[in-house]
Amino acid sequence: MGNQETPTHGIDISSLGRSEAGVDLQTNKICMEAKNLNLFYGEKQALYDIGLKIPKQKVTAFIGPSGCGKSTLLRCMNRMNDLVDNVRIEGQLLLDEHNIYDKSVDVAELRRRVGMVFQKPNPFPKSIYENAAYGLRLQGINDRRTLDDVVERALKRAALWDEVRDRLHDNALGLSGGQQQRLVIARAVAIEPEVLLLDEPASALDPISTLKIEELIYELKNKYTIVIVTHNMQQAARVSDCTVFMYMGKLIEFGDTNQLFTNPTEKQTEDYITGRYG
Amino acid sequence: MDNNFLGHHISQQFNVELEDIRTRVLSMGGLVEQQIHDAITALVAADTDLAKNVVKNDVKVNAFEVSIDEECARILARRQPAASDLRLVVAVIKTITDLERIGDEAEKVARMAVELADLERPRTQYHETQSLGEHVQSMLHGALDAFARMDVEAALKVAKEDESVDHEYEGILRQQITHMMEDPRSIKRAMDVIWALRALERIGDHSKNICEYIIYLVKGKDVRHLGLQEMEKEVVEE
Repeated sequence: MGNQETPTHGIDISSLGRSEAGVDLQTNKICMEAKNLNLFYGEKQALYDIGLKIPKQKVTAFIGPSGCGKSTLLRCMNRMNDLVDNVRIEGQLLLDEHNIYDKSVDVAELRRRVGMVFQKPNPFPKSIYENAAYGLRLQGINDRRTLDDVVERALKRAALWDEVRDRLHDNALGLSGGQQQRLVIARAVAIEPEVLLLDEPASALDPISTLKIEELIYELKNKYTIVIVTHNMQQAARVSDCTVFMYMGKLIEFGDTNQLFTNPTEKQTEDYITGRYG
Repeated sequence: MDNNFLGHHISQQFNVELEDIRTRVLSMGGLVEQQIHDAITALVAADTDLAKNVVKNDVKVNAFEVSIDEECARILARRQPAASDLRLVVAVIKTITDLERIGDEAEKVARMAVELADLERPRTQYHETQSLGEHVQSMLHGALDAFARMDVEAALKVAKEDESVDHEYEGILRQQITHMMEDPRSIKRAMDVIWALRALERIGDHSKNICEYIIYLVKGKDVRHLGLQEMEKEVVEE
Protein backbone atom coordinates (compact mmCIF):
# COMPACT_ATOMS: atom_id res chain seq x y z
CA MET A 1 0.00 0.00 0.00
CA GLY A 2 2.73 2.40 -0.94
CA ASN A 3 0.45 4.79 -2.73
CA GLN A 4 -2.18 5.89 -0.29
CA GLU A 5 -4.39 8.63 -1.67
CA THR A 6 -6.57 11.04 0.16
CA PRO A 7 -10.21 10.42 -0.76
CA THR A 8 -11.32 13.47 -2.75
CA HIS A 9 -14.63 12.22 -4.16
CA GLY A 10 -13.52 12.90 -7.68
CA ILE A 11 -12.66 16.55 -7.06
CA ASP A 12 -9.36 17.72 -8.45
CA ILE A 13 -7.72 19.25 -5.38
CA SER A 14 -5.23 21.21 -7.43
CA SER A 15 -8.11 23.21 -8.91
CA LEU A 16 -9.32 24.38 -5.50
CA GLY A 17 -8.37 27.65 -3.89
CA ARG A 18 -8.46 31.13 -5.27
CA SER A 19 -9.66 31.13 -8.86
CA GLU A 20 -8.08 33.09 -11.64
CA ALA A 21 -10.09 35.30 -13.95
CA GLY A 22 -12.34 33.26 -16.28
CA VAL A 23 -11.02 34.89 -19.42
CA ASP A 24 -7.44 35.94 -19.75
CA LEU A 25 -7.77 38.99 -21.95
CA GLN A 26 -4.05 38.99 -22.63
CA THR A 27 -3.91 35.53 -24.14
CA ASN A 28 -7.43 34.79 -25.40
CA LYS A 29 -7.77 35.13 -29.17
CA ILE A 30 -9.31 38.40 -30.25
CA CYS A 31 -12.28 38.36 -32.60
CA MET A 32 -13.13 42.03 -32.94
CA GLU A 33 -11.28 45.09 -31.78
CA ALA A 34 -12.28 48.74 -31.56
CA LYS A 35 -9.44 51.24 -31.80
CA ASN A 36 -9.95 54.90 -30.91
CA LEU A 37 -13.53 54.66 -32.11
CA ASN A 38 -15.48 57.92 -32.09
CA LEU A 39 -19.03 58.26 -33.35
CA PHE A 40 -21.09 61.38 -34.00
CA TYR A 41 -24.78 61.75 -34.67
CA GLY A 42 -24.59 65.08 -36.49
CA GLU A 43 -22.92 67.46 -34.04
CA LYS A 44 -23.49 65.27 -31.06
CA GLN A 45 -20.77 62.83 -30.11
CA ALA A 46 -22.18 59.47 -28.96
CA LEU A 47 -19.02 57.40 -28.54
CA TYR A 48 -15.71 58.68 -27.18
CA ASP A 49 -12.45 57.02 -28.05
CA ILE A 50 -13.57 53.44 -27.50
CA GLY A 51 -10.77 50.89 -27.28
CA LEU A 52 -11.94 47.34 -26.76
CA LYS A 53 -10.94 43.77 -27.61
CA ILE A 54 -13.77 41.26 -27.96
CA PRO A 55 -12.42 37.78 -27.15
CA LYS A 56 -13.18 34.96 -29.55
CA GLN A 57 -15.84 32.39 -28.67
CA LYS A 58 -16.72 34.13 -25.45
CA VAL A 59 -19.76 36.08 -24.40
CA THR A 60 -19.12 39.77 -23.90
CA ALA A 61 -21.87 41.83 -22.30
CA PHE A 62 -22.33 45.59 -22.64
CA ILE A 63 -24.03 47.19 -19.67
CA GLY A 64 -24.77 50.79 -18.74
CA PRO A 65 -27.66 53.20 -18.30
CA SER A 66 -29.94 54.18 -21.17
CA GLY A 67 -28.23 56.43 -23.67
CA CYS A 68 -24.72 55.41 -22.64
CA GLY A 69 -23.90 54.26 -26.17
CA LYS A 70 -23.91 50.51 -25.73
CA SER A 71 -26.45 49.85 -28.52
CA THR A 72 -24.67 52.37 -30.73
CA LEU A 73 -21.41 50.53 -30.21
CA LEU A 74 -23.10 47.20 -30.92
CA ARG A 75 -24.57 48.57 -34.14
CA CYS A 76 -21.15 49.75 -35.22
CA MET A 77 -19.99 46.17 -35.18
CA ASN A 78 -21.95 45.17 -38.26
CA ARG A 79 -22.34 48.68 -39.68
CA MET A 80 -26.02 49.02 -38.86
CA ASN A 81 -25.31 52.68 -38.18
CA ASP A 82 -24.67 53.13 -41.91
CA LEU A 83 -28.45 53.19 -42.23
CA VAL A 84 -28.77 56.22 -39.95
CA ASP A 85 -28.41 59.69 -41.54
CA ASN A 86 -25.75 62.06 -40.34
CA VAL A 87 -23.58 59.46 -38.69
CA ARG A 88 -19.86 60.00 -38.75
CA ILE A 89 -17.41 57.41 -37.49
CA GLU A 90 -13.73 57.90 -36.76
CA GLY A 91 -11.20 55.27 -35.76
CA GLN A 92 -11.16 51.60 -36.54
CA LEU A 93 -13.21 48.51 -35.88
CA LEU A 94 -11.34 45.37 -36.75
CA LEU A 95 -12.81 41.96 -37.50
CA ASP A 96 -9.97 39.44 -37.66
CA GLU A 97 -7.60 42.38 -37.98
CA HIS A 98 -9.34 43.96 -40.98
CA ASN A 99 -11.08 47.29 -40.58
CA ILE A 100 -14.77 46.77 -41.32
CA TYR A 101 -15.07 50.45 -42.24
CA ASP A 102 -12.55 50.02 -45.05
CA LYS A 103 -13.93 51.08 -48.44
CA SER A 104 -13.27 47.65 -49.91
CA VAL A 105 -15.56 45.91 -47.42
CA ASP A 106 -18.76 44.36 -48.79
CA VAL A 107 -21.35 45.29 -46.17
CA ALA A 108 -23.70 42.41 -47.08
CA GLU A 109 -20.84 39.94 -46.63
CA LEU A 110 -19.87 41.65 -43.34
CA ARG A 111 -23.42 41.23 -42.04
CA ARG A 112 -23.36 37.57 -43.03
CA ARG A 113 -20.27 37.17 -40.86
CA VAL A 114 -21.65 39.34 -38.06
CA GLY A 115 -25.30 38.47 -37.41
CA MET A 116 -27.67 40.48 -35.30
CA VAL A 117 -30.76 39.80 -33.19
CA PHE A 118 -32.95 42.60 -31.90
CA GLN A 119 -35.00 43.25 -28.80
CA LYS A 120 -38.35 42.49 -30.40
CA PRO A 121 -38.57 39.18 -32.23
CA ASN A 122 -38.95 40.03 -35.90
CA PRO A 123 -39.68 36.85 -37.83
CA PHE A 124 -40.86 37.33 -41.40
CA PRO A 125 -44.56 36.61 -42.05
CA LYS A 126 -43.63 33.30 -43.60
CA SER A 127 -43.45 29.72 -42.43
CA ILE A 128 -41.03 28.64 -39.72
CA TYR A 129 -39.09 26.73 -42.34
CA GLU A 130 -38.80 29.68 -44.71
CA ASN A 131 -37.65 31.94 -41.89
CA ALA A 132 -34.80 29.62 -41.01
CA ALA A 133 -33.93 29.11 -44.68
CA TYR A 134 -34.12 32.79 -45.56
CA GLY A 135 -30.40 33.55 -45.45
CA LEU A 136 -29.59 30.67 -47.74
CA ARG A 137 -32.30 31.58 -50.21
CA LEU A 138 -30.78 35.07 -50.34
CA GLN A 139 -27.50 33.46 -51.26
CA GLY A 140 -29.30 31.70 -54.10
CA ILE A 141 -29.29 28.26 -52.50
CA ASN A 142 -32.54 26.47 -53.31
CA ASP A 143 -31.56 22.82 -53.18
CA ARG A 144 -34.22 21.16 -51.07
CA ARG A 145 -31.95 18.73 -49.31
CA THR A 146 -29.37 21.38 -48.38
CA LEU A 147 -32.10 23.63 -47.08
CA ASP A 148 -33.69 20.81 -45.04
CA ASP A 149 -30.33 20.06 -43.42
CA VAL A 150 -29.53 23.66 -42.65
CA VAL A 151 -33.00 24.41 -41.28
CA GLU A 152 -32.88 21.41 -38.99
CA ARG A 153 -29.39 22.18 -37.79
CA ALA A 154 -30.17 25.84 -37.19
CA LEU A 155 -33.39 25.09 -35.32
CA LYS A 156 -31.62 22.50 -33.20
CA ARG A 157 -28.84 24.91 -32.41
CA ALA A 158 -31.41 27.50 -31.38
CA ALA A 159 -33.06 24.90 -29.12
CA LEU A 160 -36.34 25.20 -31.01
CA TRP A 161 -36.38 22.03 -33.13
CA ASP A 162 -38.23 19.80 -30.69
CA GLU A 163 -41.00 22.35 -30.29
CA VAL A 164 -41.61 22.98 -34.00
CA ARG A 165 -40.45 19.89 -35.90
CA ASP A 166 -43.99 18.77 -36.71
CA ARG A 167 -45.24 22.18 -37.82
CA LEU A 168 -42.38 23.61 -39.84
CA HIS A 169 -44.72 24.98 -42.45
CA ASP A 170 -46.97 26.88 -40.06
CA ASN A 171 -46.71 30.64 -40.02
CA ALA A 172 -43.92 31.84 -37.75
CA LEU A 173 -46.11 34.59 -36.35
CA GLY A 174 -48.14 31.89 -34.57
CA LEU A 175 -45.22 31.09 -32.30
CA SER A 176 -44.88 32.53 -28.78
CA GLY A 177 -42.57 35.50 -28.24
CA GLY A 178 -39.82 33.32 -26.79
CA GLN A 179 -40.11 30.85 -29.67
CA GLN A 180 -40.09 33.69 -32.20
CA GLN A 181 -36.89 35.05 -30.66
CA ARG A 182 -35.24 31.63 -30.86
CA LEU A 183 -36.43 31.36 -34.47
CA VAL A 184 -34.76 34.68 -35.23
CA ILE A 185 -31.57 33.36 -33.63
CA ALA A 186 -31.91 30.21 -35.77
CA ARG A 187 -32.27 32.43 -38.84
CA ALA A 188 -29.08 34.24 -37.82
CA VAL A 189 -27.04 31.08 -37.15
CA ALA A 190 -28.26 29.29 -40.33
CA ILE A 191 -25.78 31.25 -42.41
CA GLU A 192 -22.88 30.35 -40.10
CA PRO A 193 -21.85 33.78 -38.88
CA GLU A 194 -18.69 34.26 -36.83
CA VAL A 195 -20.14 36.82 -34.47
CA LEU A 196 -23.65 37.14 -33.06
CA LEU A 197 -24.75 40.56 -31.84
CA LEU A 198 -27.70 40.39 -29.47
CA ASP A 199 -29.44 43.66 -28.65
CA GLU A 200 -31.57 43.09 -25.54
CA PRO A 201 -32.60 39.66 -26.85
CA ALA A 202 -34.68 38.72 -23.82
CA SER A 203 -36.11 41.97 -22.56
CA ALA A 204 -39.49 41.40 -24.22
CA LEU A 205 -39.78 37.83 -22.94
CA ASP A 206 -41.16 36.16 -19.83
CA PRO A 207 -38.71 34.73 -17.25
CA ILE A 208 -38.87 31.14 -18.54
CA SER A 209 -38.30 32.14 -22.17
CA THR A 210 -35.52 34.41 -20.93
CA LEU A 211 -33.81 31.48 -19.23
CA LYS A 212 -34.12 29.45 -22.42
CA ILE A 213 -32.43 32.22 -24.38
CA GLU A 214 -29.69 32.45 -21.74
CA GLU A 215 -29.19 28.69 -21.89
CA LEU A 216 -29.00 29.00 -25.66
CA ILE A 217 -26.36 31.71 -25.42
CA TYR A 218 -24.31 29.42 -23.22
CA GLU A 219 -24.53 26.68 -25.88
CA LEU A 220 -23.84 29.01 -28.79
CA LYS A 221 -20.58 30.38 -27.46
CA ASN A 222 -18.92 27.07 -28.29
CA LYS A 223 -19.24 28.05 -31.93
CA TYR A 224 -19.65 31.80 -32.08
CA THR A 225 -18.36 34.97 -30.51
CA ILE A 226 -21.31 36.62 -28.82
CA VAL A 227 -21.82 40.23 -27.87
CA ILE A 228 -24.92 41.03 -25.88
CA VAL A 229 -26.41 44.34 -24.82
CA THR A 230 -28.61 44.02 -21.78
CA HIS A 231 -30.30 46.22 -19.21
CA ASN A 232 -30.60 43.26 -16.93
CA MET A 233 -27.41 43.21 -14.88
CA GLN A 234 -28.10 39.82 -13.37
CA GLN A 235 -28.46 38.53 -16.90
CA ALA A 236 -25.09 39.98 -17.85
CA ALA A 237 -23.61 38.40 -14.73
CA ARG A 238 -25.16 35.04 -15.59
CA VAL A 239 -24.39 34.69 -19.27
CA SER A 240 -21.22 36.63 -19.98
CA ASP A 241 -17.52 35.90 -19.63
CA CYS A 242 -16.48 39.53 -19.97
CA THR A 243 -18.40 42.67 -19.20
CA VAL A 244 -18.06 46.17 -20.55
CA PHE A 245 -19.49 49.02 -18.51
CA MET A 246 -20.23 52.18 -20.48
CA TYR A 247 -21.33 55.58 -19.29
CA MET A 248 -22.05 58.73 -21.32
CA GLY A 249 -20.46 57.32 -24.46
CA LYS A 250 -17.27 56.30 -22.73
CA LEU A 251 -15.95 52.87 -21.89
CA ILE A 252 -15.49 52.98 -18.12
CA GLU A 253 -14.46 49.44 -17.32
CA PHE A 254 -13.87 46.23 -19.23
CA GLY A 255 -13.02 43.03 -17.47
CA ASP A 256 -13.72 39.51 -16.36
CA THR A 257 -17.40 39.25 -15.40
CA ASN A 258 -16.78 37.53 -12.05
CA GLN A 259 -14.31 40.20 -11.09
CA LEU A 260 -16.45 43.08 -12.30
CA PHE A 261 -19.52 41.97 -10.38
CA THR A 262 -17.76 41.18 -7.10
CA ASN A 263 -14.99 43.75 -7.01
CA PRO A 264 -15.12 46.36 -9.77
CA THR A 265 -12.16 48.66 -10.21
CA GLU A 266 -14.02 51.86 -11.03
CA LYS A 267 -16.33 53.65 -8.64
CA GLN A 268 -18.78 54.47 -11.43
CA THR A 269 -19.12 50.75 -12.19
CA GLU A 270 -19.64 50.01 -8.52
CA ASP A 271 -22.35 52.67 -8.24
CA TYR A 272 -24.15 51.39 -11.31
CA ILE A 273 -24.14 47.66 -10.56
CA THR A 274 -25.12 48.19 -6.93
CA GLY A 275 -27.94 50.54 -7.87
CA ARG A 276 -26.58 53.77 -6.42
CA TYR A 277 -26.60 57.22 -7.82
CA GLY A 278 -23.21 58.88 -8.03
CA MET B 1 -14.69 52.66 0.51
CA ASP B 2 -16.01 55.36 2.76
CA ASN B 3 -17.78 54.69 6.00
CA ASN B 4 -21.11 55.80 4.59
CA PHE B 5 -21.07 53.43 1.64
CA LEU B 6 -24.21 51.59 2.65
CA GLY B 7 -26.44 54.49 1.72
CA HIS B 8 -27.17 56.11 -1.62
CA HIS B 9 -29.02 53.22 -3.19
CA ILE B 10 -31.82 54.25 -5.47
CA SER B 11 -33.91 51.86 -3.43
CA GLN B 12 -34.24 53.44 0.03
CA GLN B 13 -35.54 50.16 1.34
CA PHE B 14 -32.31 48.43 0.31
CA ASN B 15 -30.32 51.03 2.28
CA VAL B 16 -32.48 50.26 5.28
CA GLU B 17 -32.00 46.50 4.92
CA LEU B 18 -28.21 46.69 4.65
CA GLU B 19 -27.96 49.19 7.50
CA ASP B 20 -30.15 46.87 9.53
CA ILE B 21 -27.93 43.78 9.17
CA ARG B 22 -24.87 45.89 9.90
CA THR B 23 -26.46 47.26 13.07
CA ARG B 24 -27.56 43.81 14.14
CA VAL B 25 -24.02 42.42 13.71
CA LEU B 26 -22.74 45.19 15.95
CA SER B 27 -25.42 44.50 18.57
CA MET B 28 -24.59 40.81 18.44
CA GLY B 29 -20.92 41.76 18.83
CA GLY B 30 -21.78 43.91 21.85
CA LEU B 31 -23.64 41.03 23.47
CA VAL B 32 -20.75 38.64 22.83
CA GLU B 33 -18.29 41.13 24.32
CA GLN B 34 -20.43 41.33 27.43
CA GLN B 35 -20.55 37.53 27.62
CA ILE B 36 -16.75 37.24 27.57
CA HIS B 37 -16.40 40.00 30.11
CA ASP B 38 -18.90 38.37 32.46
CA ALA B 39 -17.38 34.90 32.00
CA ILE B 40 -13.91 36.14 32.95
CA THR B 41 -15.22 38.17 35.87
CA ALA B 42 -17.15 35.13 37.08
CA LEU B 43 -14.04 32.97 36.90
CA VAL B 44 -11.75 35.42 38.64
CA ALA B 45 -14.27 36.40 41.32
CA ALA B 46 -15.68 32.86 41.75
CA ASP B 47 -19.13 34.30 41.04
CA THR B 48 -21.23 31.23 40.24
CA ASP B 49 -24.45 33.17 39.63
CA LEU B 50 -22.82 35.39 37.04
CA ALA B 51 -21.28 32.33 35.37
CA LYS B 52 -24.66 30.60 35.18
CA ASN B 53 -26.12 33.75 33.72
CA VAL B 54 -23.50 33.66 30.93
CA VAL B 55 -24.41 30.06 30.14
CA LYS B 56 -28.08 31.02 30.01
CA ASN B 57 -27.47 34.03 27.79
CA ASP B 58 -25.77 32.02 25.08
CA VAL B 59 -29.19 31.27 23.57
CA LYS B 60 -29.51 35.00 22.85
CA VAL B 61 -26.27 34.92 20.88
CA ASN B 62 -27.54 31.90 18.95
CA ALA B 63 -30.82 33.66 18.22
CA PHE B 64 -28.91 36.64 16.82
CA GLU B 65 -27.01 34.34 14.49
CA VAL B 66 -30.15 32.67 13.19
CA SER B 67 -32.05 35.89 12.61
CA ILE B 68 -29.16 37.68 10.86
CA ASP B 69 -28.54 34.64 8.65
CA GLU B 70 -32.19 34.65 7.72
CA GLU B 71 -32.13 38.33 6.84
CA CYS B 72 -29.00 37.84 4.71
CA ALA B 73 -30.66 35.00 2.79
CA ARG B 74 -33.66 37.25 2.22
CA ILE B 75 -31.47 40.04 0.87
CA LEU B 76 -29.65 37.63 -1.46
CA ALA B 77 -32.95 36.32 -2.80
CA ARG B 78 -34.68 39.65 -3.19
CA ARG B 79 -31.92 42.08 -4.11
CA GLN B 80 -29.26 39.99 -5.85
CA PRO B 81 -26.62 42.32 -4.43
CA ALA B 82 -23.44 42.95 -6.42
CA ALA B 83 -19.95 44.28 -5.70
CA SER B 84 -19.58 45.88 -2.23
CA ASP B 85 -23.18 45.06 -1.29
CA LEU B 86 -22.58 41.41 -2.08
CA ARG B 87 -19.32 41.45 -0.17
CA LEU B 88 -21.06 43.01 2.82
CA VAL B 89 -23.66 40.23 2.92
CA VAL B 90 -21.00 37.52 2.51
CA ALA B 91 -18.80 39.15 5.18
CA VAL B 92 -21.76 39.41 7.57
CA ILE B 93 -22.73 35.75 7.11
CA LYS B 94 -19.17 34.72 7.94
CA THR B 95 -18.68 37.22 10.76
CA ILE B 96 -21.73 36.07 12.68
CA THR B 97 -20.54 32.46 12.50
CA ASP B 98 -17.34 33.50 14.25
CA LEU B 99 -19.25 35.66 16.72
CA GLU B 100 -21.46 32.74 17.58
CA ARG B 101 -18.39 30.56 18.17
CA ILE B 102 -16.90 33.27 20.38
CA GLY B 103 -20.16 33.11 22.29
CA ASP B 104 -19.66 29.35 22.72
CA GLU B 105 -16.13 29.92 24.00
CA ALA B 106 -17.43 32.43 26.54
CA GLU B 107 -19.93 29.81 27.65
CA LYS B 108 -17.10 27.29 28.09
CA VAL B 109 -15.18 29.76 30.25
CA ALA B 110 -18.33 30.29 32.32
CA ARG B 111 -18.79 26.53 32.83
CA MET B 112 -15.19 26.29 34.00
CA ALA B 113 -15.86 29.22 36.34
CA VAL B 114 -18.62 27.19 37.97
CA GLU B 115 -16.26 24.20 38.38
CA LEU B 116 -13.41 26.32 39.72
CA ALA B 117 -15.56 28.19 42.22
CA ASP B 118 -15.63 25.07 44.41
CA LEU B 119 -11.88 24.50 44.30
CA GLU B 120 -9.10 26.08 46.31
CA ARG B 121 -7.90 29.31 44.72
CA PRO B 122 -4.33 29.56 43.48
CA ARG B 123 -1.87 32.08 44.83
CA THR B 124 -2.07 34.09 41.61
CA GLN B 125 -5.84 34.57 42.05
CA TYR B 126 -6.26 33.71 38.33
CA HIS B 127 -4.40 36.86 37.44
CA GLU B 128 -2.91 35.32 34.27
CA THR B 129 -6.32 34.10 33.04
CA GLN B 130 -7.72 37.55 33.57
CA SER B 131 -4.82 39.08 31.64
CA LEU B 132 -5.26 36.74 28.64
CA GLY B 133 -9.01 37.39 28.82
CA GLU B 134 -8.52 41.13 28.68
CA HIS B 135 -6.15 40.69 25.80
CA VAL B 136 -8.67 38.80 23.64
CA GLN B 137 -11.48 41.09 24.74
CA SER B 138 -9.58 44.04 23.38
CA MET B 139 -8.97 42.10 20.16
CA LEU B 140 -12.67 41.44 19.68
CA HIS B 141 -13.49 45.03 20.55
CA GLY B 142 -10.95 46.22 17.99
CA ALA B 143 -12.35 43.86 15.34
CA LEU B 144 -15.91 45.07 15.90
CA ASP B 145 -14.75 48.66 15.88
CA ALA B 146 -12.92 48.09 12.58
CA PHE B 147 -16.08 46.47 11.20
CA ALA B 148 -18.20 49.45 12.25
CA ARG B 149 -15.79 51.89 10.60
CA MET B 150 -14.80 49.66 7.64
CA ASP B 151 -11.24 50.36 8.69
CA VAL B 152 -8.77 47.89 7.13
CA GLU B 153 -5.71 49.33 8.86
CA ALA B 154 -7.35 48.82 12.23
CA ALA B 155 -8.39 45.31 11.15
CA LEU B 156 -4.81 44.50 10.20
CA LYS B 157 -3.57 45.74 13.56
CA VAL B 158 -6.01 43.51 15.41
CA ALA B 159 -5.12 40.50 13.23
CA LYS B 160 -1.46 40.99 14.09
CA GLU B 161 -2.33 40.95 17.78
CA ASP B 162 -3.33 37.28 17.52
CA GLU B 163 0.29 36.21 17.47
CA SER B 164 1.00 37.81 20.81
CA VAL B 165 -2.15 36.23 22.25
CA ASP B 166 -0.82 32.85 21.12
CA HIS B 167 2.50 33.52 22.83
CA GLU B 168 0.81 34.60 26.02
CA TYR B 169 -1.31 31.43 25.94
CA GLU B 170 1.72 29.20 25.53
CA GLY B 171 3.47 30.95 28.40
CA ILE B 172 0.57 30.44 30.78
CA LEU B 173 0.21 26.85 29.62
CA ARG B 174 3.81 26.15 30.62
CA GLN B 175 3.13 27.75 33.99
CA GLN B 176 0.16 25.44 34.55
CA ILE B 177 2.23 22.39 33.64
CA THR B 178 4.81 23.47 36.19
CA HIS B 179 2.10 23.79 38.83
CA MET B 180 0.86 20.30 38.07
CA MET B 181 4.35 18.83 38.36
CA GLU B 182 5.08 20.67 41.58
CA ASP B 183 1.83 19.70 43.24
CA PRO B 184 -0.28 16.89 41.76
CA ARG B 185 -3.18 17.96 43.95
CA SER B 186 -3.55 21.03 41.73
CA ILE B 187 -4.10 18.92 38.60
CA LYS B 188 -7.89 19.13 38.69
CA ARG B 189 -7.78 22.91 39.00
CA ALA B 190 -5.01 23.31 36.40
CA MET B 191 -6.94 21.21 33.89
CA ASP B 192 -10.02 23.38 34.30
CA VAL B 193 -7.94 26.52 33.96
CA ILE B 194 -6.34 25.14 30.80
CA TRP B 195 -9.81 24.54 29.31
CA ALA B 196 -10.71 28.14 30.01
CA LEU B 197 -7.39 29.42 28.63
CA ARG B 198 -7.86 27.38 25.49
CA ALA B 199 -11.31 28.90 25.00
CA LEU B 200 -9.89 32.40 25.41
CA GLU B 201 -7.11 31.71 22.94
CA ARG B 202 -9.72 30.58 20.39
CA ILE B 203 -11.52 33.89 20.80
CA GLY B 204 -8.35 35.54 19.51
CA ASP B 205 -8.43 33.30 16.42
CA HIS B 206 -12.09 34.09 15.73
CA SER B 207 -11.44 37.81 16.14
CA LYS B 208 -8.65 37.53 13.61
CA ASN B 209 -11.04 35.79 11.20
CA ILE B 210 -13.45 38.71 11.52
CA CYS B 211 -10.62 41.07 10.61
CA GLU B 212 -9.98 39.03 7.46
CA TYR B 213 -13.63 39.39 6.47
CA ILE B 214 -13.37 43.16 6.95
CA ILE B 215 -10.42 43.27 4.56
CA TYR B 216 -12.41 41.19 2.06
CA LEU B 217 -15.40 43.47 2.46
CA VAL B 218 -13.46 46.68 1.93
CA LYS B 219 -10.73 45.60 -0.49
CA GLY B 220 -12.42 42.70 -2.28
CA LYS B 221 -9.38 40.55 -1.52
CA ASP B 222 -9.62 37.21 0.22
CA VAL B 223 -6.69 37.23 2.64
CA ARG B 224 -7.47 34.06 4.57
CA HIS B 225 -4.60 31.62 5.07
CA LEU B 226 -2.14 34.03 3.54
CA GLY B 227 0.05 34.98 6.47
CA LEU B 228 0.43 38.43 7.95
CA GLN B 229 2.92 39.75 5.41
CA GLU B 230 0.69 38.99 2.44
CA MET B 231 -2.26 40.38 4.33
CA GLU B 232 -0.43 43.61 5.00
CA LYS B 233 0.51 43.88 1.32
CA GLU B 234 -3.13 43.64 0.28
CA VAL B 235 -4.16 46.24 2.82
CA VAL B 236 -1.51 48.74 1.81
CA GLU B 237 -2.08 48.21 -1.91
CA GLU B 238 -4.36 50.77 -3.46
